[in-house]
Amino acid sequence: MCATCGCDANASSSIRQFGENHPHPHDHDHSHDHTHSKTIIEVEKDVLYENNLLAQRNRGYFEAKNILALNLVSSPGSGKTSLLERTLTDLKDQFTCYVIEGDQQTSRDADRIHATGTRVAQINTGKGCHLDAHMILHAVQGMKPAENSILFIENVGNLVCPAMFDLGEKERVVIISVTEGDDKPIKYPDMFHTSTLCIINKIDLLPYVPFSMDKVKEHARQVNPTLSFLEVSCTSGEGLPAWYQWLKEKIQVPEQV
Amino acid sequence: MHELSIVMSIIRIAETESAKNNAIKVEEIELDIGALSGIEMTAFDFAWQQAVRATLLEHSKRKINHIPGEGQCMDCAALFPMQQLYEPCPVCGEHFVSVQKGKELRVKSLVVN
Ligand SMILES: Nc1nc2c(ncn2[C@@H]2O[C@H](COP(=O)(O)OP(=O)(O)OP(=O)(O)O)[C@@H](O)[C@H]2O)c(=O)[nH]1
Ligand SMILES: [Mg+2]
Ligand SMILES: [Zn+2]
Ligand SMILES: [Zn+2]
Ligand SMILES: [Zn+2]
Ligand SMILES: [Zn+2]
Repeated sequence: MCATCGCDANASSSIRQFGENHPHPHDHDHSHDHTHSKTIIEVEKDVLYENNLLAQRNRGYFEAKNILALNLVSSPGSGKTSLLERTLTDLKDQFTCYVIEGDQQTSRDADRIHATGTRVAQINTGKGCHLDAHMILHAVQGMKPAENSILFIENVGNLVCPAMFDLGEKERVVIISVTEGDDKPIKYPDMFHTSTLCIINKIDLLPYVPFSMDKVKEHARQVNPTLSFLEVSCTSGEGLPAWYQWLKEKIQVPEQV
Repeated sequence: MHELSIVMSIIRIAETESAKNNAIKVEEIELDIGALSGIEMTAFDFAWQQAVRATLLEHSKRKINHIPGEGQCMDCAALFPMQQLYEPCPVCGEHFVSVQKGKELRVKSLVVN
């Protein structure tokens, strides 16, 4: 039993305890008064309420410790890990950073982060195609991030499923690379609808692919008129200073007295 | 396939609510699913079949209220039906739209005994 969230290690198997048999094993030949009456329960509960509750708990924790938690989402291969590798290396001396890596199977991304000297927790989701607030809660418990730090959460590469699951992050950052085509925002609107910043990566490849910067922004603004954009290349480093500036503005380190 | 985790959450809610009412069987479950909720119904049905086995929802009748999307323009206040999140206001063409209906994803009621 987990004291913080009340979860039970055997929670998934408990599903199987219900409903298999009629649980009172007497037979019904004898007649006793025993009504199996119907009850209507007005539940009116959001299906995601449990996730949302835990996300709010995470958010409270991050706010109390002034931790800037960022949820990085994209399709597989857009450059989430590459962006983190660059960022962690370049900002090493300025901020304390932590990373949570969501990966279905391997520890490849976590190894890449580890190589930068950053503290990293790895969550293997198996068949699961997204991280949820409960996973983050336990990863953070083990990690105990320091105050005034940045926590990067690399979600599972998937432009659909992670959109529905609030992790308690301060900002959701969607990454799209120029090789994916400029129509992605309207093909996967939920992800762009719920993000605050869109990083357009791999701009070093612009000369080689049919990709219109204006079109992608126009499509994204149709879904989310308040979305901001940054254009970067993790390979050449172009545009990264603007990303670092964005992070600095968000972190708000309290003034030393 | 986030639909599977959605179905698992529905099962957990049904179990909790049934236990509160000392119920052992769910005869009927009523769900609200909005057109803009991010649920793909084919995937949802598939996940449902897999996940409810040997749970108290296995033989439950499922009633789904599909709620159509509705947007309100933040500029001219027009209300209009919305099929997609990227649709502009049909009156003034602006994209500052707030989604009024269609995001629902809710367990509405259970009939238990
Ligand atoms: N040309 C170019 N390649 C890049 C850039 N950024 C990343 N890549 C390459 O794109 C590939 C995928 O990058 P990753 O950082 O692993 O992408 P990811 O989003 O973490 O992928 P998943 O974790 O699998 O979802 C790698 O081969 C990177 O070297 C870039 O700016 N330009
Ligand atoms: Mg990665
Ligand atoms: Zn737990
Ligand atoms: Zn009986
Ligand atoms: Zn999925
Ligand atoms: Zn309008």
